[in-house]
Amino acid sequence: MDLTIGLKYHEFREQIQKFIRENITDDIREAGRLATSVFAEPKRAMAWQKILYKQGWAAPHWPKQFGGTGWDVVERSIFAQECLKANAPPLIPMSLLMCGPCIIGYGTEEQKAEYLPKILSGQDFWCQGYSEPGAGSDLASLQTFAESDGDDYIVNGTKIWTTYAQYANKMFCLVRTSREGKPQQGITFLLLDMNTPGISVEPIIGLDQVHEQNTVFFDNVRIPKANRIGKENDGWSVAKYLLMFERGGQEYAPALHFQLAEVRNIAEQVDVAGTSVWQNPFFKRKYCELEIEISALEFTENRIKSALTNGQNPGPEASMTKIRGTEITQAITELALEAVGEFALPLQVDVIEPGSTCVSVVPEYAQTVMPKYLNARATSIYGGSNEVQRGIIAKMVLGL
Amino acid sequence: MDFSLSEEQRMLKDSAARFVKKECQFEQRREQMRSPLGYSDEQWAQMAELGWLCIPFNEEYGGLGGSLVDVMVLLEELGKGLMVEPWLSTVILSGRLIEMLGTEQQKQEVITAVCSGQMKLALAYSEVGVRQQLAAISMEATPRADGFVLNGEKTLVLSAQAADQLLVVARTSGKAGDEQGLSVFLIDPNAEGITLSGYATVDGYRAANITFDNVQVSGSAVVGGVETSLNDVGLNNAFDSLQVVMNEAILAVGAEAVGVMDLLYQTTLEYTKIRKQFGVPIGKFQVLQHRLVDVFMQCEQSRSVLLMAVLHYVESVKESNKSISGLKVQIGKSGRQVGQEAIQLHGGMGMTDELDVGYYFKRLTCIDALFGNVDFHLERYATLV
Repeated sequence: MDLTIGLKYHEFREQIQKFIRENITDDIREAGRLATSVFAEPKRAMAWQKILYKQGWAAPHWPKQFGGTGWDVVERSIFAQECLKANAPPLIPMSLLMCGPCIIGYGTEEQKAEYLPKILSGQDFWCQGYSEPGAGSDLASLQTFAESDGDDYIVNGTKIWTTYAQYANKMFCLVRTSREGKPQQGITFLLLDMNTPGISVEPIIGLDQVHEQNTVFFDNVRIPKANRIGKENDGWSVAKYLLMFERGGQEYAPALHFQLAEVRNIAEQVDVAGTSVWQNPFFKRKYCELEIEISALEFTENRIKSALTNGQNPGPEASMTKIRGTEITQAITELALEAVGEFALPLQVDVIEPGSTCVSVVPEYAQTVMPKYLNARATSIYGGSNEVQRGIIAKMVLGL
Repeated sequence: MDFSLSEEQRMLKDSAARFVKKECQFEQRREQMRSPLGYSDEQWAQMAELGWLCIPFNEEYGGLGGSLVDVMVLLEELGKGLMVEPWLSTVILSGRLIEMLGTEQQKQEVITAVCSGQMKLALAYSEVGVRQQLAAISMEATPRADGFVLNGEKTLVLSAQAADQLLVVARTSGKAGDEQGLSVFLIDPNAEGITLSGYATVDGYRAANITFDNVQVSGSAVVGGVETSLNDVGLNNAFDSLQVVMNEAILAVGAEAVGVMDLLYQTTLEYTKIRKQFGVPIGKFQVLQHRLVDVFMQCEQSRSVLLMAVLHYVESVKESNKSISGLKVQIGKSGRQVGQEAIQLHGGMGMTDELDVGYYFKRLTCIDALFGNVDFHLERYATLV
């Protein structure tokens, strides 16, 4: 056992800091500061991705031969922390965190050569076609059907909760190619071009009044079979691999520490009859409880990273970090809400649009508090609801 | 002990329920929230006609002489219809303040107009740094020969855009931190020097920050009269009256929250019966059943604390602070749990603007932030045990 972080990491951190300092722009920082969900404003997030891409840092977690950095888990963590500290917006996850790893894991050499460079460079913007109106937690019951027609599939059906489909030119999706056997057995993983005739996108406005989600309709959409990842009817293996990345590929603790520190910063600024919210022992106690919860998660994640370094695969532990990570995220947004009190009430959708010239009616520190609280309610729903995650742990870990 | 409603109260409840069913369909409400005014004038007139604007006022001024029990009955039902009208501002926050603090003439003029639906009011009391600590109000009203000059800024003035008259709390003596020295002014919102920055709130209400730049008012604008207000404590002690009005507002939003929670519970329960995943309605999963049971219990506990607080208030206005803080804590905590579970059990649909669930959730979230949140009232409660 060893808690120390070697000297070489200090130099690494300095190198990262220097690069970010010299390359990030104020516009990009603004998008990071105003981001109210994991999906930052796409234009500026993509601008940041392009800067990182030029440096070869767009996908630190990818294997080196496909454009990764070759950093170890500690270095990746340091990079993530420094990006947060600089208010860099999170990179849009669908391409880099979700689709890319799938293609690396299951794609053919041709597919890798075609798609991976454009994912890294940001030339392609991917969205995820998994959920359907009737298939949420029960994803395997999906009904969007791809009928074989020579070298093509003809796709019909509906996908829902498709984040940023309005910006995407590509989609990776799960379709049904067989109704035989168990529901998981007839699923195929497809890549498609969003400009294909027969695809239409309809917005879903969130309760935070933001347009992140969409419904995507497929009406006799012709997709070449060459766009399939993995074997026909074996899409569930690809999907599971991807879900593991979606759930456990990310570390929550560094961002949570950062978000909690932001809440402290807010609390120090909120004036209550001449003193600050931060001085309130009730408040401070809740803050401390959360910090301890984050530390527990941090070291759980460290233990997982350590196991990964030693060559093991992420297992159902990913479900644990997803549950804890999202629950703590929600708790942090609640604490921020308590800190700002009435300042959370004005609806400020226009004000928090990056580049907006609208005048805020509340202090700057309070602007994103309510939108973050509202948006964070989705974290325990998406990526496999926390109920589903608990089910996975009960079955796979506890053996119930 | 008898918790049953009187005949009149049952009629009030039924008529409010009918109104909600007929006039407050979600699509209609959402449209109103997005309109410039934020509510419907026709519905306001209907509320006046139904007598809902005069419930708590004395009969002398055109009121019905009702108690807070009646207010509770009405607000619980209106809560189920996502109330957006300036009822709370006009009737409780401002109307009741005038009734407690005003001169005979002010009561005759203002409350009569409120009761008939002719006048809407808004109470400007909060400021940056006040956070429901009313003694921290610092805005100054400086005496002049023929009246006062007001300077300062008020924040989150609920329903200010709709108001025909503003009630403004300002300091005529003392300094921030003093309970004494606060006075209330009745001011025309179009008076020179008043700038109103209006906005919508997350739950669909309207509110405004208001700046006062050398606003001149006459002595007759002082609610309760100039002589008593200049007196340090004053016979009309504005601080105490404000405290009472805040307590009444908490009882009102408490009742509203109970209605909202009840509706969310019912809606969510129904949804879990029809939404199928893994081949069965999700309500068949024991883990969700238990969560719904917890939601149900939160609703019931909130209703009980509401009744306790209302009855304690009716019994003794002075000794009800503890119960009322208890109510605000209970609805704050229950409201959060019920609202969050409603979203979670509706899954992605709960996160959309298309479903009413999100609106009720947002209303509960905002109710907690109004008039002191859970932490504020836990602290106040702690000073009273």
